[in-house]
Parts: sequence; C-alpha cells; structure tokens
Amino acid sequence: MSHRFSDVAALKDELAGVDYLSDEGIAGVVYLADRLQKPILVEGPAGTGKTQLAKSVSEITGARLIRLQCYEGLDEAKALYEWNYKKQLLRIQAEGGSDEDWTDLSDDIFSDEFLLTRPLLEAIRSEEPVVLLIDEVDRVEVETEALLLEILSDYQVSIPELGTIEAKQIPLVFLTSNNTRELSEALKRRCLYLHVDYPDMEREKEIVLTKVPDITENLADQVARVVRSIRQIELKKHPSVSETLDWAKTLVLLGVEKIDEQTAASTINILLKYQSDINKALKELATADGVTP
Amino acid sequence: MTVTDAADATPEGVGDPILDLLNGFIVQLRAAGLPVSLTENLDAMQAIRHVPLEDRETFKYALAATLVKHHNHWKAFETVFEVYFSLRGDEYQVGEELVELPEMDDDEQGDQQGSGDQQGGGGENLTPEELAEMLYQSLMRGDQQMMRGVARQAVKRYAGMEPGRPVGGTYYLYRTLRNLDIDGVLERLLEQEQNEDGEAPSDFEQRLARDEYQSRANQLQQEIEAEIRRRLVADRGVEAMAKTLRKPLPEDVDFMHASREEMASLRKAIWPLTRKLAARLQRKRRHGRKGPLDFRRTVRASLSYGGVPAEPKFRNPRPHKPEIFVIADISGSVAAFARFTLHLVYAISGQFSKVRAFVFIDGLDEVTHMFEGVEDINEAVHRVNTEADVVWVDGHSDYGHALGVFWEKYGNEIGPRTSIMILGDARNNYHASESWIIKAMNEKARAVHWLNPEPQSYWDTGDSIVGEYAQHCDGTFEVRNLRQLEAFVDNLA
Repeated sequence: MSHRFSDVAALKDELAGVDYLSDEGIAGVVYLADRLQKPILVEGPAGTGKTQLAKSVSEITGARLIRLQCYEGLDEAKALYEWNYKKQLLRIQAEGGSDEDWTDLSDDIFSDEFLLTRPLLEAIRSEEPVVLLIDEVDRVEVETEALLLEILSDYQVSIPELGTIEAKQIPLVFLTSNNTRELSEALKRRCLYLHVDYPDMEREKEIVLTKVPDITENLADQVARVVRSIRQIELKKHPSVSETLDWAKTLVLLGVEKIDEQTAASTINILLKYQSDINKALKELATADGVTP
Repeated sequence: MTVTDAADATPEGVGDPILDLLNGFIVQLRAAGLPVSLTENLDAMQAIRHVPLEDRETFKYALAATLVKHHNHWKAFETVFEVYFSLRGDEYQVGEELVELPEMDDDEQGDQQGSGDQQGGGGENLTPEELAEMLYQSLMRGDQQMMRGVARQAVKRYAGMEPGRPVGGTYYLYRTLRNLDIDGVLERLLEQEQNEDGEAPSDFEQRLARDEYQSRANQLQQEIEAEIRRRLVADRGVEAMAKTLRKPLPEDVDFMHASREEMASLRKAIWPLTRKLAARLQRKRRHGRKGPLDFRRTVRASLSYGGVPAEPKFRNPRPHKPEIFVIADISGSVAAFARFTLHLVYAISGQFSKVRAFVFIDGLDEVTHMFEGVEDINEAVHRVNTEADVVWVDGHSDYGHALGVFWEKYGNEIGPRTSIMILGDARNNYHASESWIIKAMNEKARAVHWLNPEPQSYWDTGDSIVGEYAQHCDGTFEVRNLRQLEAFVDNLA
C-alpha cells in the first residue's frame, strides 16, 4: 500500500501550502495516522482549527471529504445506512399478483439497489481516496459511540441482511471533540490522540499573516501579543484562533496601525463574548504589573 | 531518513534493545498512574518504526499520540519522557563536556549572533557579572540557544549540586533562581524599553512588554529545570528520578495539600468539569424514563384504531428539580475544599431549581445573595471569604453551634425536595456535637449528604466526630480530589 506522505517535514510544508500552519505535533500525528492506518481523535478548545485540519488534509491529498456531523440523537440510519423503505414497498407492489417466490423477493429487496448509504458507509465504499471527518463526536451519546467502533478498528460495516462490507481503500479518518464529555475508552483506544491547543505566539502571528490579507507584520505581531496576554487571564472563554483572525481583519478594515488601549477597548468584543470577560480583560490589561502566571 | 522500508519488509525490523527501552518506558508511565493498555503499547511499538528515532520531538509526539489519550495526562507523560530519555540523545550528553560552551554541542547553530564572543575563552571562568549580562542579553533577544547556555552556566555555578546528596530538584532550582535574580533583570528590561521609546509607554503597552519578557523568563526557567533534571538523572539513575518526580495526576491532586501551582490548575479544571457535569445531567433528564401512562390521550388515540389502545401514550416526565442547600465549613483547615465545592455547586445551579449556600466557622451566615447576579465566580467566593459573618466567639470550628443557628433560622425552609450537603471535616474542637439537628434535618429533607475532605482513615480520630453525624446522614463521602467530587455530583443527579 502506498503512503500519502513521504515524511513529516514534507507534510508540514504541504499543509502550509494550503494555508494550514501546523506544528511538529500535528504534522507528526497525521503522518503516523497514514502509516499506521489509524483514525485520529483531535481534541481541544473550540476554534483552534480541528475541523480545518481535516479539510486541509483532504485538500493536499486530493481526496474527497466526507463529513458526518454528530448531534444528540444521531442513529444508525443517519450515520451508517438505511433501507429505502418506500422503494422496497414499490417493488413488492409491482410484483403483486405474480407468483414470485417470497425468498427471491426478499433477497431482491434487501440488495444493494435498495440501500441508502450514509456518510460512514459511503466513506468505505468509495473507490477513490477519501478523508472521513466525524465532527464533534462528543455530542453523541455514549451508546451511539459503539456504532463507530467497527468502522474505526476494522474499516468495515456489517449489515445483517447483506453481510460485511469491507473498505475498498483505507480512508483517513478524523474525529473531532470539544471535550464536553469523556469519550469512552474503547473509542480512544482505537485512535491516535492529538490535542490541538491554542498556538503559541509565534505560530499565531504566522497564522494571522497567512490568513488576513493586507496586514502588516507589525500589526500581526501586536495582535498575537495582545491575544496571548488575554489568554493568560482567567476567563470563562478564551479567544479562539478564529476570533483572533476576525479581530485582525477588523483592525485592518479600520485602518489601525498600532493597537493602543483605546482601540483595544473598542474592538475587544470581537475577541471576547461574555460581558464579564470583557470587563475583566480590560481591567487587567490596563494594569502595567500583570499577573504572575 | 525514516525507517519505513524496514518496517514494511519485516515486522522484526526493530531490534530488541528498543523494545526493551520502550517497555521500560511504559512501566514508568504506568507507575506514574497513566492508564496504558496493551493495545496502546503495541501501537506505540508500531508507531516508532515509522518515525526517525534521531528526531527527538517527532519521537516524543509519536509516543504521545499512541500512549496518552487524555490531555490532563500530558504533563505527567512529558516528565516521564524527559527523565527516561534524558540521557539518550546527542545534545543531552552529560559528563566531562558539561563545562563546554553551549554553542559547541549545538553544532546546527554554529554561527550565533554575537553571543559567541562574550563567552569565548571557556565558560568556566565566567564571572557572576558576565553571567548576569548574558542572562540580560538572552532575555532581551529571546534567544533560545543563549538561554540554554545561561541555564547550564547558572546551574553549574549556583545550584551547588553534589553527587549523591539526597535533596530534590526543587531545592536546586530555588538556589539557582535566587542567585540569578530574574525579577530584577525583568525590571531592568522594562525600564530599558521605556528609555528607548523616549516617551513613557501607556500601562497597556507596559503590560504587553511585561508579558513578553515574562514568557521568555518562563522559558529560561524551563531550561534550568531541564538542566537540573539532566544532572540529577546522571547522578542517581532513571528509576530513582522518575520516582521522585512523580506527581499525582490532576484529578488525583488532594484539595487539602495542593500547592499553589496545583491550585491554579485545579481552578482551571473546575470549569470544564462543571460544563461536563451539566451536559451529563441534562442528557440524563432528556433521555430518562417516560412518565406514567396518560390515560386520556391513550383513549383518544385508540379511536383511530377502532377503540383498541394500540398506541399507549405517556405523560412527559416531571422534571426532577431538587433544591440544594450547601452548608460549608470555611475555617482554615478545609477552606480550599469548600471553595471548590461552592464553585461546582454554583456552576451547575442552572440545573437545579434552587441552590442556597451557607457558610460557617462557629457562627453561620447565608451567602446565596453574594452569588446572585455575579458572573465571576472567583469574585463571589472572595466576597464570601471576606464579608460573611461566620465568627461567633473565637473563630474556631464549632459545628454544634453553627448547626444550631442553621436550625433556628432556616430549619423551617427545609422541605421534602431539599437535598442538604454538608461540607466539612467535623473537627469540632471538642464542642458539643448537637447531632440531633442532623437527625431532625434528615426527617424533613429529601437527603442529607456529608462530604468530608479528610482521608477516611483519619475520620473519628482526635476531635473529629464525623461518625456521630454520619449515623444520621444518608451518606458520608470522602471527597479529596476532583475524581471523587465528580463521582459524587454525578451520583447526586
């Protein structure tokens, strides 16, 4: 089996080529996932580019991205497959009156033609390479997680009426989680684990520079610094990378060249979404002493 | 550079020494409390075949991705990794060449900007002034290589490490840092910043500058810690060091004995924990049992089946909304614990129809109003600790009197939906227990739980009279760490 990526450094460059700035850890784990043919469980705070990682990987490998958005109440019929009940009814009625054998008929209506594939089944039945993204897996109930286990460990789906369908190619699987609940051990054991945290200042600056057109290096640097300072304060919700980008874009639109207290105060609502956080951050930033971490 | 070819050809591509090494590593991880299963072990063995062993970072991430499945465990993993592999790797050679200059063993950074000539001629003879200057320069530029150099010199000069001396790494760290006076250097850097600008910077700018330098200083401190660790490992061996550096995982940190650093990380951990619990409670409610049979609607539905009740209808379940009374001891001995529990209870208060909080030492006061309309829980807790009127005579715990006050003032408000949680170690300073009050409470309330932050083996020793109260409670729980607290709240709902 051929591998998608030749080595970690090359992968990192390729990701940078599609505007995803990874670091050693991220690129290393994606590389390993390809080699070991294992799914990756990506965990971390909201807005740190977990979903984007899967999209970027699909872009550089030229693979189709199949996405399963998880939600409470997700079931087999929405995730794996479903029988096309109406079509089956039609089929039976069309045969009505003729003396076809029931066993033939039941074989017939439980065949491929009447199967509606859902994202998971589609991902393993696909002929061309696929990146499967199972988004926000922590939103499903613990029991529903079990649905995923077979496909994650063996890349196959068992359908009672049809037998086991094995993968035509091994998809690269990403699971993302915002960590609102503990995922089951069984699921974690099957995956490589990647924790994506807020980037450090240098990387965040790079991200701002790549993603925000027309921003000066100086401003990007200041943006990254302010955001780092804000993240050091104890807040309900820290600014995410996407919020940093929104902020940077706003500053560019406003024609700001240098962030001073005034600008920060008037635009901070883009970074922080709780009034108490905003008040606290403004108060903290105005004190020169800073908090000792 | 990768070893993939070998891996694809023969499964035995990795020699035995590496397997032994990895096995030893996993033994250390398990000893540190990390749950590493057999499959994960196998995965790690697979994984290291695919990464270049000489690339330390990649190797580390490969192991982490397969062995560590919980972010909270990352720090523990890192410590074990650094200790276990500290003597394996080129730049980590220890021995005679310790006195060498940092530039010499980091040959990939051969041409360093300027710093070389300051140190040239043998680092051994650096005077304290020169070292201080080097420190200043390295912090100003944020130059990683130079920091490493400073760290090595500083440890060599100031830590006073002697082979076989049975003191921990923290002692050496303290000695080194005290002599380096990093805070002083930070002040100097900040002043420098002001002079360069010509005009005095605003508070805001100063703050940003300070954060910048502070982060560099932290980096330096990490370098120093790494250097000390390396030397200690060289002196005492891997197993011994791994054992001394072993720390409890965050969910196992004891509330009562948490260090300041651990406290901070616990505070951070409590918010996601409450979010998790809230989500779990909600889910339980939504997917819980159905309500009782709705006779009227069932009959109505049966009309469409010709009177056969083919489709039974149920009432919506009545949301179970307990009132919670939290009565917390906030005397010195258990204050940290009480604070955490107040945090937790308030964060999930949206899930309960009513939460009321009382605090006591020897007097008792209601503090519910201090939490109302306050968005920042830390501030509320601070107010509780400073404003609540909880001292009656001498400010030493008196459970009997505090319970008496509670019963007198609020006893009538206990109803059949009320769950009462009492937090405290029941160390009563040999006052009267008045345990009949607990009994009376339990007769009126839905449940009375006692949460004790002391280890069970200490209960009923000395002036602890928890047993006396426990006989009238529905349950007495040892709650010393996040894991136990989480389990308790989960059970409660």
